[in-house]
Amino acid sequence: MTEALGADVVGAAPSGGWRSAVVAGVRRPVPRSVQLRLDVEDRVDHLPGQHYVVRLTAPDGYTAQRSYSIASAPGDPLLELFVERLDDGEVSTHLADVVEPGDVLEVRGPIGGWFVWDGESPALLLAGGSGVVPFVSMLRTARALRRTDLLRIAVSVRTLEQLPYADELLQAGALVVTTREARGIRPAGRLTGADLVPLWEPGQTVYVCGSGGFAESATGLLVELGVPPSVIRVERFGPSGAPV
Amino acid sequence: MPTPTRGFLGRRRERDPRLPPGQYDVGGDWPVLTAEPTPRIAPETWSITVDGLVEQPTTWSWDEAHRLPPSEYRGDIHCVTTWSKLDTRFSGVSVDTLLEAARPTAEAHFVMATSRTGYTANLPLADVTGGKAWLVWDFDGRPLTPEHGGPVRLLVPHLYFWKSAKWVSRLTLLTRDQPGFWEQNGYHDRGDPWRQQRYQGD
Ligand SMILES: Cc1cc2nc3c(=O)[nH]c(=O)nc-3n(C[C@H](O)[C@H](O)[C@H](O)COP(=O)(O)OP(=O)(O)OC[C@H]3O[C@@H](n4cnc5c(N)ncnc54)[C@H](O)[C@@H]3O)c2cc1C
Repeated sequence: MTEALGADVVGAAPSGGWRSAVVAGVRRPVPRSVQLRLDVEDRVDHLPGQHYVVRLTAPDGYTAQRSYSIASAPGDPLLELFVERLDDGEVSTHLADVVEPGDVLEVRGPIGGWFVWDGESPALLLAGGSGVVPFVSMLRTARALRRTDLLRIAVSVRTLEQLPYADELLQAGALVVTTREARGIRPAGRLTGADLVPLWEPGQTVYVCGSGGFAESATGLLVELGVPPSVIRVERFGPSGAPV
Repeated sequence: MPTPTRGFLGRRRERDPRLPPGQYDVGGDWPVLTAEPTPRIAPETWSITVDGLVEQPTTWSWDEAHRLPPSEYRGDIHCVTTWSKLDTRFSGVSVDTLLEAARPTAEAHFVMATSRTGYTANLPLADVTGGKAWLVWDFDGRPLTPEHGGPVRLLVPHLYFWKSAKWVSRLTLLTRDQPGFWEQNGYHDRGDPWRQQRYQGD
């Protein structure tokens, strides 16, 4: 076990069991997705970067469970999740189309002790699409601690309209790269090594989050730039190019 | 039984009896899940060491490992993130073959698998002996790609796939169980997919 593999965070990360959560808020700020605010009974405070599992139960006892990163800061009285709707998805369609305020959901968390930020160390955050969710929690935590200077953020998304938390991210100075539309003088295109050069500094831990394809290409760029693999932490969202 | 979620019926697709509970069939896909960047390891620089509580700590180079009696696994694999892949075919060498040479002592009850990246996974010795675990370098007759753990990964197909450490380079025999990488991060110490042992306490 090397130091790089989270010896510093292991053991420190909180974890919690199954709880019931009352849906307090449902918003759809971005097409084809939903932001849920949950009031979790006996909530265990999380570290930014951790996730929850949401379990749905059908009348005959059949269950489906999926992982969702936490968007809120630990100090937020509610737990915020942001779910992208997959057309043929079982859980994301229910959360996006059916869930209403007042509903009760079963949740388990917080989970994960690797993809977490300690609130004290410099970090570079690279997200593809809804991969920004855990970084929003990190950013909100940094704001509460008045340490936003520690974070550098770069995001790749199809169009700006599809970027969750776009205002918050832009306000924090995040680099936003759009792959399906031009932005300013920049033509549509992917994140490049040149984008990362001004953001990367030795001493940073680098967090990469998004689909499997995004994670693979972003870590490839970092390694080519000479970023030591031991400082890179990756979270991949779900199956078919979509973790933990 | 937990209370049903309002409005949720579930999208039960036709279930193959080979799928453990909560798993679905990815078909031809093979999702990549790793907590770290993919390392590029040249086979000439790879080796596997069996050490710890053994009478004969032993290291095999790539060529030496390939001269051991070959062994194959045909069957299913299951990832804790809910996908399963049916009818896979991996080839390499049985972990039994390595242990026969290194000879675990009577006190050895657990194994810690370590990767070149520093990733670790802990396993009961009984889960890697008796034809249940392999070191593999071929998938479906082709060299295992780096994303999937090439040049060589551990394969313990009856447990969730995080136990099948990618880029494996060391098996250390221990008396007492010690949590590996995901196990320290809240995942189950054994990880039996048929019992849905996903997280500590399941
Ligand atoms: C640590 C972690 C954090 C995550 N955080 C977030 C987050 O913050 N926001 C977010 O939106 N997502 C997140 N995800 C992804 C999320 O967990 C789900 O994977 C996602 O919402 C899709 O679930 P679903 O039930 O809607 O889709 P699923 O029903 O699981 O389907 C997903 C895809 O798999 C295929 N599929 C699934 N089941 C079958 C089947 N039986 N047969 C054939 N094909 C099938 C479908 O084609 C579909 O495209 C995270 C994942 C992880 C591991």
